[in-house]
Amino acid sequence: MDALYNSMYYVGAGALILIGLYMVLVKANLIKIMLGISFMDTGLHVLLIAIGYVRGRTAPILSQALLEAGEGPPAVVDPVPQALVLTAIVIGVGVLALGLSIAVKVYEHYGTLDAGRIKGLKW
Amino acid sequence: MRRASALVLLLVLAAGLAVVLAKIPFGQDKIGVGNHYIEKGVTETGATNIVTSVVVSYRGFDTLGEVTVLFAAALGVTTLLFVERPQERKKREPASLIVATGSRLLFPLIILFGIYIFLHGHLTPGGGFQGGAVIASGFLLLYLARPGQTMRRKNLSAAESLGGLVFVVVGLLGIVFSGYFLQNFLPKGHPNLLLSAGIIPLVYIAIGVKVGSELGRIIGDLVERD
Amino acid sequence: MIVLQAILIVIMIAAAVATSIFKDLMNAVIACAAVSLIASLLFYMLDAPDVAMAEAAIGAGLTTAIFVLAIRKTQRYEP
Repeated sequence: MDALYNSMYYVGAGALILIGLYMVLVKANLIKIMLGISFMDTGLHVLLIAIGYVRGRTAPILSQALLEAGEGPPAVVDPVPQALVLTAIVIGVGVLALGLSIAVKVYEHYGTLDAGRIKGLKW
Repeated sequence: MRRASALVLLLVLAAGLAVVLAKIPFGQDKIGVGNHYIEKGVTETGATNIVTSVVVSYRGFDTLGEVTVLFAAALGVTTLLFVERPQERKKREPASLIVATGSRLLFPLIILFGIYIFLHGHLTPGGGFQGGAVIASGFLLLYLARPGQTMRRKNLSAAESLGGLVFVVVGLLGIVFSGYFLQNFLPKGHPNLLLSAGIIPLVYIAIGVKVGSELGRIIGDLVERD
Repeated sequence: MIVLQAILIVIMIAAAVATSIFKDLMNAVIACAAVSLIASLLFYMLDAPDVAMAEAAIGAGLTTAIFVLAIRKTQRYEP
C-alpha cells in the first residue's frame, strides 16, 4: 500500500503525458492533434502539483485559525508550483484557441482536415 | 512504420521519466524558497492567500507576461476569423422556453458570482483568472439561449483595453512612489479585511475584467463566423 | 482515501485512452471534458484549491465549448 501511494500520482501523470504525445505523433486528423496537445498540458500540471505536495499539511490559505495557531511557521504545502500552474493553465487555453482557428481556416481552404494531404505541411 | 517508431520513442521516454522521478520522494518536505513566502508573506504583502501574493506581488512580472500572451492569442483569433460584413446566416430555430427564461434569470447571477470571486482574491481561493473564466461562461450561456445574437464589439474592446491599461499604470505608479516597478505602495492594513494588501485587489480587478472580456470575445468570434 | 484517489487516477487514464480510440469527434471531446473534470478533483485532493477552481472553470467549461464550436465548422467524423 505504501509503494502504491508513493508512486501512483507520478505514474498517472506520466501516462497522461505519454498518451498525449502518442496522439500528436500518430493521428492524422488536426482536431485529434490539438486534443493531444491539451492532454500533454494537463498531465504536466498534475505532475507539478504532485511534486509540491507535503504529507500532513493543509492548503496555503492563512485563515484566522492558522494565523493565531501559535509557535512556528504555519504548516502548509508549497505555494510556488501552484502559482506556476495557474499561469500555465491560462496560456494553454490561449494556445488551444489559436490552433483551432487555424484548423478552421485550413478546412475552408483545402476542404480536408487530413494532415497527410495538406500540401503546406509536407516537407 | 510510423506507429512502430512512435512506440519505441514512447518507451525510451517512459524509461527516462521513471529514472528521473524515482529520485523525487512523494510527500516529503522539500520546500526551498517557499519557506520565505510562507513565513514573511502576510507581513510583507498583507494578503492571507499565499498563492495570490506569489502571483501578483512576488512574481508580478510573470503575470504581466501572461496577460500579454493571452492578448496576443485573442488578437490572432480575431485576425483569422473576423468578417467585416457577415453574410446572411442560416435561419436557426430559437431555443426552447426553459433555456430562454432560465438564461435571463441566471446571467446576472453568474456575473455577480464572477465579480465576487475576483474581488476576494486575496482572502479566499480565487482571483482574477478564475473570475474572468466564470464571466466568460456567462457570455457562452447567452449565446446558447439566443441564436442569431451579435455582440457589441466596442464595449468589450473598451473593457479589455481598460483592464490592461490599469495594470500597467499601477505598475508605473510603483516606480513613481517607491522606485520599483509593481511595488506595493498603498498601505497594507489589517490582514483578513477586504480593504487590505495594498495594490493586490486593484490588480486583480483589472485582470478579472480583462480576462473575462477577452475570453468572451474569443467565443463570440468562433460562434459568429458561420 | 488512498483507494479513492487510485480509482480516480485509473478512470482518468481510461478516459484518455478512450479519447484516442473514438472515431466520432463529439464523443472524443466529451471524454476530454471528463479528463479535465477528474484532474480538477485530483488538484483539490492535493490541497490546491486555487488551481482546482481554474482547471474546472477553464478546462472543463471553456475548452469543451471551443472544441465543439470548431467541430461544427469542420467535419464531424474522422475518416
